[in-house]
Amino acid sequence: MSLRIQNDHARFKDIVRGKIKSNLKQYIKKGELIGKQGKDKITIPVPRIDLPHFRFGDKSQGGVGQGEGQPGDSVDGEEGEGSGAGKAGQEGGEHGLEVDITLDELADMLGEELELPRIEPKGTDLVTQRIKYTGVNTVGPESLKHFKRTYKQALRRQIAIGSYDPKNPIIVPVREDRRYRTWRIEQKPQANAVIVYMMDVSGSMGEEQKEIVRIESFWLDAWLRRNYDGVASRYIIHDAVAKEVDKETFFHTRESGGTMISSAYRLCADIIDNDYPVDSWNIYPFHFSDGDNWSIDDTRTCIGLLRERILPTANQFSYGQVESPYGSGQFIKDLSENLGKHEKVVLSEIKDKESIYGSIKDFLGSGR
Amino acid sequence: MPKRLPPQYADMQAQIEEHARTAGLDMFECHYEMLDYDEINMVASYMGFPVRYPHWKWGMEYERMSKSYEYGLHKIYEMVINNDPCYAYLLESNAMTDQKLVMCHVSGHNDFFKNNFCFQHTNRKMIDEMANHATRIRRYIDWYGVEVVESFVDKCLSIDNLIDIEAPYIMRKRKEGAEAPMQPSDKKRELGLLPNTKEYMERYINPDEFVAAQKKKFDDEQKKQKKFPPEPERDVMQFLMEHAPLERWQVDVMDMLRGEAYYFAPQGMTKIMNEGWASYWHSRLMTEKVMDSSEVIDFADKNAGVMSTSRTQLNPYALGLALYRDIEDRWNRGRFGKEWHECDDMAERRRWDKATGIGREKIFQVRQIYSDVTFIDEFFTIDFCREHGFFAYEYDRKKKSFVIDSREFQAVKQKILQSLTNFGQPVIKVTDGNFENRAELLLEHNHEGVDLDGTYTHDTLRNIQAIWTRPVHLLTAIEQRKVLLTFDGRSFSEKTIS
Repeated sequence: MSLRIQNDHARFKDIVRGKIKSNLKQYIKKGELIGKQGKDKITIPVPRIDLPHFRFGDKSQGGVGQGEGQPGDSVDGEEGEGSGAGKAGQEGGEHGLEVDITLDELADMLGEELELPRIEPKGTDLVTQRIKYTGVNTVGPESLKHFKRTYKQALRRQIAIGSYDPKNPIIVPVREDRRYRTWRIEQKPQANAVIVYMMDVSGSMGEEQKEIVRIESFWLDAWLRRNYDGVASRYIIHDAVAKEVDKETFFHTRESGGTMISSAYRLCADIIDNDYPVDSWNIYPFHFSDGDNWSIDDTRTCIGLLRERILPTANQFSYGQVESPYGSGQFIKDLSENLGKHEKVVLSEIKDKESIYGSIKDFLGSGR
Repeated sequence: MPKRLPPQYADMQAQIEEHARTAGLDMFECHYEMLDYDEINMVASYMGFPVRYPHWKWGMEYERMSKSYEYGLHKIYEMVINNDPCYAYLLESNAMTDQKLVMCHVSGHNDFFKNNFCFQHTNRKMIDEMANHATRIRRYIDWYGVEVVESFVDKCLSIDNLIDIEAPYIMRKRKEGAEAPMQPSDKKRELGLLPNTKEYMERYINPDEFVAAQKKKFDDEQKKQKKFPPEPERDVMQFLMEHAPLERWQVDVMDMLRGEAYYFAPQGMTKIMNEGWASYWHSRLMTEKVMDSSEVIDFADKNAGVMSTSRTQLNPYALGLALYRDIEDRWNRGRFGKEWHECDDMAERRRWDKATGIGREKIFQVRQIYSDVTFIDEFFTIDFCREHGFFAYEYDRKKKSFVIDSREFQAVKQKILQSLTNFGQPVIKVTDGNFENRAELLLEHNHEGVDLDGTYTHDTLRNIQAIWTRPVHLLTAIEQRKVLLTFDGRSFSEKTIS
């Protein structure tokens, strides 16, 4: 049934879209949401638009409460009134309520805001099988016995034949009462993706640069996970040599030394070759660096590796260059000269936290 | 949409109202409607009315209510509107005990609406009025476009607390032009000089100094007359309606919103009394008449939820109920009047019982002739304050949190009264509609120790300026400095006034 208020509701949501989205931008900048995620849920406040009124400043007013305590004791921390039955809210809560949304919903909001196209997965010939409990049957293995239904059935039978005594409620199921869960195997085409994160950890990459990479990969991850059933992540760090690490190390290591980007690309290509057959995986290598490579020769090797090994297999190769006070930032220019026209290559320069937003759009805007 | 009230509920209603009438309640006829949670959220978002003008803020309320209902944070039990006949809503999914409780509670509200003096001037056909407002605003939207109308509504809503809430109860000013004199004025009488027929007595009866003083007074008076408005105007909405350069439809919109604000004002003025009265009656009717023994636990559980007190907020249900009970008890035992107040023998006070037995009578009288401010002022006594453990709290800048400031009776009472006066909102008046002789608008905030909220003030001034179109000023104080805030349509400025 449609309610009269739907129009107002839709109108409010339209207004909020603008608001939620700009909030979202802030969050992206500050990386706030990342800290708040626990068990795949994120708390975001339900939007509230206040019409301005002349009113008193919050803090200078104080108030009156009831309860224990001496002068000087804090009054906070014990809010809420249980199941407060309230009259129709005339003066909605001062503090907007916070509601959990799932990472998926958040990714959707991101997608909607950035107008990201849905990714069309390749390799849909791969199928996953899932067991789903679909109903109840009278036969089955004991391990799947449905106790509640069994006893219900027994109770029903006993009442029907008159052997149930409410004063002495003993219920004994017989063979016919037993109920078992049944299942079905569901086949589902699956689209898998692997994200290979590569990061330059040479001396020139400072904390701030890493923070940028961290925030950006959070959002990239959220979006790709939204689009694929199974997402695997692999992490590679490199200075002059590359090695594969776990997520934790990836974001927190600080190395020093030179930079040989080719080492990372080679490792990345190896990982892909060994573990992720092209025909069933969607492959997303992301590389973040400050763009300061060791030598022209190495850059040439990189381009060769990309062209021959990575690009043929990957859906898209993304290179994000984080600006750092030390790096020359030459690498992005070299890439752009040699591979700039390649449809699978996306290059993006990330100057500061503010530009993460634009960069995500660069990376995910093509819908590959 | 509204479903017929199922027969067992109709019977229940008849029974409960019978009990209520026997107990002395005097109610409008009441219509109950059964709604599911989605519908009740909608109606609650519309503040109890089935139809309101289109506006996003209802959508916002709806979003909030649905979300908090879905996440189990909040549930609406009862909703009732001041109208003749009175309308109330029941949530379909509530248990029978809850429905009984709601009906008893609503009976209390209904009686209060009908009898409390604050509501005497409200429109008792407000349901129709609201629907008419909706139709008119819809029509304006059709004619002028949703953006234009909505943004104007936003501006009006931004100032809908700037009305003269006491205006319905008093005569503010004489009708203009009612006593315009036809004759040329008698100079002597106008100046207020004493009558005297003997010329030679004149300088004794009306000595020169006296004449000069009277003359000055007269001139001041004359100057005041030329002032615009002559007296500071609290009803800023009306002032703008009458004097701002508005289109006719805009005047109409503002008039409607102002009307709605006046309609809702008494509910704000009697929150504690009204909820307290309804709670008093629901517990009375439930426990004495309506409930059967199987429902006691459920009732007690719900009732405890409604009555829970908090450290950060006053619960109007609990406070009101406790006060009525205290009053009833005091008047039953004769604990009032001169003798009682002057008795300082604690032992005697504790024993005090004159068996006057007029408690019930007294609370009926109280519900008729008091509003929250006078109610608290008169009946929130030192004994009551101690017994219920009230305290006042303040923001501690060092600890960065709110801390208990005092348990002193005077401080607590002061705080409560402060939060009730003008609904705890600042009093702002138009003092000059031709400020600096440049058709600028001067508003004045009666500063009583609490500063205004900075951002809100700016945004509100911006809205008023958009209506007034000439620069708008607000005289207020910020951290003990007297300040004139100005918004001229482009930028804000702030000037310290000594």
